[in-house]
Amino acid sequence: MRIPCPYCGERDAQEFVYRGDASPRRPDDDAEFHAYVYLRDNPAGPMREHWYHAQGCRNWIELIRDTRTHRIDGAVLAKGAGQ
Amino acid sequence: MRFSIFNLALNALSGHRHWGRNWRDASPKDGYDIVIVGGGGHGLAAAYYLARVHGITNVAVLERGWIGGGNAGRNTTIIRSNYGLPGNEPFYEWSMKLWEGLEQELNYNVMVSQRGILNLYHSDGQRDAYVRRGNAMIMHGAGAELLDQDAVRRMAPFLNFDSARFPIQGGLLHRRGGTARHDAVVWGYARAASALGVDIIQNCEVTGFLRDASGAVTGVETSRGAIRAEKVGMSVAGHTSVVGAMAGLRLPIESHVLQAFVTEGLKPVIPGVITFGAGHFYISQSDKGGLVFGGDIDGYNTYAQRGNMPVVEDVCEGGMAIMPMIGRARVLRSWGGIVDMSMDGSPIIDRTDVPGLYLNGGWCYGGFKATPAAGWCFAHLLATDSAHETASAYRLDRFEQGWLIDEKGVGAQPNLH
Ligand SMILES: Cc1cc2nc3c(=O)[nH]c(=O)nc-3n(C[C@H](O)[C@H](O)[C@H](O)COP(=O)(O)OP(=O)(O)OC[C@H]3O[C@@H](n4cnc5c(N)ncnc54)[C@H](O)[C@@H]3O)c2cc1C
Ligand SMILES: [Zn+2]
Repeated sequence: MRIPCPYCGERDAQEFVYRGDASPRRPDDDAEFHAYVYLRDNPAGPMREHWYHAQGCRNWIELIRDTRTHRIDGAVLAKGAGQ
Repeated sequence: MRFSIFNLALNALSGHRHWGRNWRDASPKDGYDIVIVGGGGHGLAAAYYLARVHGITNVAVLERGWIGGGNAGRNTTIIRSNYGLPGNEPFYEWSMKLWEGLEQELNYNVMVSQRGILNLYHSDGQRDAYVRRGNAMIMHGAGAELLDQDAVRRMAPFLNFDSARFPIQGGLLHRRGGTARHDAVVWGYARAASALGVDIIQNCEVTGFLRDASGAVTGVETSRGAIRAEKVGMSVAGHTSVVGAMAGLRLPIESHVLQAFVTEGLKPVIPGVITFGAGHFYISQSDKGGLVFGGDIDGYNTYAQRGNMPVVEDVCEGGMAIMPMIGRARVLRSWGGIVDMSMDGSPIIDRTDVPGLYLNGGWCYGGFKATPAAGWCFAHLLATDSAHETASAYRLDRFEQGWLIDEKGVGAQPNLH
């Protein structure tokens, strides 16, 4: 798997650290923390996810990747991506 | 038909061409008392114990492909009872006891081989952690021995003892651990369950749930039509989230790929199972002679039953670090399986919030060894609506309540467990 870092270009997945699903948002309400920390959609299909380019530009990246095929459909810098 | 020496001799006379089929390939009926989704080791074992222990024989196991085509047929077959935490070790010890009697129980050769598991340690801190774990194992009757370097040298002289970075100081030996023949476990449970009346239905994919007005599950929709059931048990390993979502469940699980490798057949060289303590690498030798080994999961969510090169490289580097001789062997095959990584690295055997729907999942990369006890405890739950005493910690609400069972202590990050 090669990941198209928006800053560095396409690089081997080995340079990146995986953080997981990019959709959970830190809630304001304590009651929602269990779902935020522990529950995941875990989709079989396209998924937005966070990767950290640890051995490159050290940017956090938001990637769209199909979990059935490993096909990647775009990447943006995570900063600001959620807004 | 029972397997026996007599039968074996009789069939030998006709060149072993007339053995009967081991189990019935059933077609779905309209309804069952209990339907189990997933024909892996766990689902089949649960069906068997429902029939044998609880007398519930109106049971179907629904498998979307062929039985044992999932992780049950892809794993590296290691069985062990060497966990450290109180929520885990009684369960895995119960599983080990069931393994020890499984061939007599099923009248089937599942090739349980208690050849021993040796976990190497490479530092004082790691030794202390193994002493602690070994004591937990001894307290639960699993047995454990701490070996010094000389003792390890006698067992496995080919290891890289004097590696500058990770010298081998010794190891924790779990003599009752070992391997079993994964396919035979599937077939053995299928045969025994089928003989007691359980329907094993292949090529039958569950695509949704039947619900009544109150929301309770009353059966399943499948690629072979609707099937009613008083209770439905999910035992679909890597697809737990996907099937759970059909009932509106959102679970503390991510699906990841674990790869495994096997070399060409060699003469016996590896005694038992050996694990590298400083990287992640473990190895055993199959009865056919192939070296079977693996390491970490790839670490990203996936449902593709294949992994990527970085982990292949990492596993092979681990192998070279601990036993350089492995570099002479050629890898014949590698493959991947989709494992259901839970948020604390431990499994779930529990009711769900949906009445009538029960869950067995979150087995991560270690559910093969659990097959007998997971089947036993899931059957107990389905039959009695209460948790079996050895599985009472495997609650679904433990994430909300803070009763996590995190052996590694890494928190809610499935790819680190
Ligand atoms: C490479 C690898 C190595 C491993 N090594 C070990 C090891 O050494 N020791 C150990 O203890 N564990 C090991 N494991 C883990 C172990 O294999 C699993 O935890 C265990 O097999 C899971 O239980 P199962 O056998 O019931 O799963 P599976 O065999 O995966 O059964 C689940 C079944 O559900 C079916 N299914 C899914 N969705 C549906 C649907 N919608 N409808 C109908 N059926 C469905 C699947 O087709 C599958 O057959 C390993 C796993 C892998 C991938
Ligand atoms: Zn970059």
